[in-house]
Amino acid sequence: MLSLSRWKIAIVTLSVIFGIVFTLPNLLPQKTLDALPGWVPKQKLNLGLDLQGGSYLLYEVDTAALRKERLGNLVEDVRTTLRTAGISFNGLGEAGGVISLRIDDASKVATAVTELNKLGSPLQGALTKDVVVSSKADQRIELTFAPEAAKADAAKAVEQSIETIRRRIDSLGTKEPTITRQGADRIVIQAAGESDPERLKAVIGKTAKLTFQMVDETVTPEEMQSGRMPPGVVLVPGDAVQPYYALKKRAVVSGEELVDAQQAFDGQSGRPVVSFRFNGSGARKFGDATARNIGKRFAIVLDNKVISAPTIQGAILGGSGQITGNFTVESASELSLLLRSGALPAQLNIEEQRTVGAELGADAVKAGAISLAIGAAAMFVFIILAYGLFGVFAAMALIANVLLIVGIMSFTQATLTFPGIAGLILTLAVAVDANVLIYERMRDEAAAGRSPMSAADTGYRLALVSILDANITSLISAGIMFSFGSGPVKGFAWTLAIGVFTSLFTAIIITQVLIGWWFKAAKPKKLPIA
Amino acid sequence: MAAWPLIRLIPRSTHYRFVRWAPVAAVISLVLILGSGVSFFTQGLNLGIDFKGGVALEARTPATAPIDLDKLRAVAKGTGAHDVQVQGFGAPNSAMVRFLPTEGGNAQVEANRIKGEIIAKFPGMTMPAPTVIGAKVSGELLMGGFKALGIALLLMLGYIWFRFQWQFGVGAVVAVFHDIILTLGVLSVMQIEFSMTSVAALLTVIGYSMNEKVITFDRLKENLRKYKSTPLREIIDLSENERLSRTIITGSTALLALGGTMIFGGPVLFPLVFTMVFGIIIGTYSSIYIALPIILVWGLKRGDEEAKPIKLGAASRP
Repeated sequence: MLSLSRWKIAIVTLSVIFGIVFTLPNLLPQKTLDALPGWVPKQKLNLGLDLQGGSYLLYEVDTAALRKERLGNLVEDVRTTLRTAGISFNGLGEAGGVISLRIDDASKVATAVTELNKLGSPLQGALTKDVVVSSKADQRIELTFAPEAAKADAAKAVEQSIETIRRRIDSLGTKEPTITRQGADRIVIQAAGESDPERLKAVIGKTAKLTFQMVDETVTPEEMQSGRMPPGVVLVPGDAVQPYYALKKRAVVSGEELVDAQQAFDGQSGRPVVSFRFNGSGARKFGDATARNIGKRFAIVLDNKVISAPTIQGAILGGSGQITGNFTVESASELSLLLRSGALPAQLNIEEQRTVGAELGADAVKAGAISLAIGAAAMFVFIILAYGLFGVFAAMALIANVLLIVGIMSFTQATLTFPGIAGLILTLAVAVDANVLIYERMRDEAAAGRSPMSAADTGYRLALVSILDANITSLISAGIMFSFGSGPVKGFAWTLAIGVFTSLFTAIIITQVLIGWWFKAAKPKKLPIA
Repeated sequence: MAAWPLIRLIPRSTHYRFVRWAPVAAVISLVLILGSGVSFFTQGLNLGIDFKGGVALEARTPATAPIDLDKLRAVAKGTGAHDVQVQGFGAPNSAMVRFLPTEGGNAQVEANRIKGEIIAKFPGMTMPAPTVIGAKVSGELLMGGFKALGIALLLMLGYIWFRFQWQFGVGAVVAVFHDIILTLGVLSVMQIEFSMTSVAALLTVIGYSMNEKVITFDRLKENLRKYKSTPLREIIDLSENERLSRTIITGSTALLALGGTMIFGGPVLFPLVFTMVFGIIIGTYSSIYIALPIILVWGLKRGDEEAKPIKLGAASRP
């Protein structure tokens, strides 16, 4: 193991150079950096909100639009409910937040009220429902939303939006945003320093409501011009091919039933597309609808705009398909990101954009930096006192470890927060542990009467098993926390995973090369730690 | 060269009988866990603004008079508001002050009081009406975190089972739970503020504790193979003694690295570092006195013959 193979030395040299090159931008002043030629890496560590602040975006949930949409849905629900119950009616419409209709048959008014009372959902913490049905004179029925409903809807929309935004920002990488509600219907998003606010706005600003709707081919272009649609049909803006589409209001399937969406390339044209997969019930609905409507067209509608309206060639049963449209690779991957993280319940309107300072005070950051330096120094002194020359090797490996971690984090633009730094200190402690394990093993083997060279070699070989076991366990937990966790948990997992790899490399390979050189140069009769 | 190593923390070989003290440790741990539980359910965790949300006040001064953030921070803290955060807000003459209102108090009244006290110290400063802000940690974020942690623990258990035997996995997971409960317990008893960073600290503690366990298991596994006929409890003692030097050096290194921050890091960083330091100590303790001795409860399969499980009561004989 202590043989100094050429590839080992090459890897060590290369990785240390990598670490230095990518760590350096963090140490140079901005002016020097700007003066350097373009090919030199200039990315600095993306320090978290707590350490250097970042961008601040204030959004307002468009509750008016949300209310309008809920009323629209309720109108459709009323229509279907009464039709299913076999009650005929006329004059169904909405004005000023009140839905009104007239029942044709006076004897059926009571039944209609009973049926309509089943609509709506219970209000939280109350026995009443959010839809209030009242019967008026002249066989008229009116439906309104309870006053509390608007508030509850807004609160729910804000909550859902926060989770969706978090998923969207998380899929951009570990940006460690803080997303909080402010007041009744506002959302504050803060993201660390280097995160580009425009990129954030691009993924937050779209509702990404996706539906698959059948095209109503019976509507003539003239009717479309006049804008008078048969009941249950809407006019939706389209693209250059066809400015407007007449679509059945009822969606065949909606984006909520997607389980995955990815940017891909079309097999024939080679153009960027978004490929998607439905869940079980979505696949069934989509399969049924396509099987029944072969030869007709369906439209893929995103945020109330038709992206494409392909003709159904045959039943699509597998539950997966692709969206073609006028996509570039970027716009296709952005759409797939939005579809994966789910639609926003309502449109978000940006109200304010600012740059904010660090959450921690300058004095706290300074105290933290100084104390961490003291801690690191104490660690170095201790390990050198404990293992002498081999301790110096371990300390050198630690320095390489720090360089590599900072280099990789700068390169991948992972966000480093103060807790992250504390986590890194512990990663370093575990890296030291690997060296301690190796050296203790060497002591044992030397005490058992092996020659220095053989003791050192066996020390590495035997300690490796324990080190691998411990690090694989860490890696498992990092992997799980990265894939299932969100926000800060995800960021933590990423830092942990980087640390595991760099620690394994530096604590084992780099010290091996150093000790190998020393053996070659000093030809010792006794291990310095024995 | 002869002077090295300068420090040798413990004699080269030790013969402490750790397992003998395991029943005592078990009783102590149980009492501590019960205490943690009582504290947890009576006074709970001191949840900070990250979990509860709070009130935000925007501060503005004329463009010619930038705000001294450090002074504002000191003044805001001086008003006695909990969990104060002060942040520069877009321009040098604008800042955001957030705080956690006193429980059961009138947030509006408190906000106005704080506003008054701050404005009195900063001539020309205006503060528009306070706004209520939500928690940084939403329910889904927390549940997602717990789910991730649960799955991670299960998979770690699986890996340890695969590499060693199931008894090891159970020992590790029981010990890690022990660490989590006691760490939360001490945070609850001392009413140290629990924030988003405490979650990170807790995750680090779990990572360190798991590392301790796996390292010791490895030695135990090796010794089980080496000494086929020695009683299990003696092998456990032997493995722990052989690992003692390493445990102490690694633990001291970690504590030294964090100790600086605990003493000199200031009040803002103290909760984070305290949690980690406590976790390292408790994680080391639980590796020695919980994770390994617990294996004795079921015994282990060794070679062809099944080692007899030892009755818990009998384990206390010297």
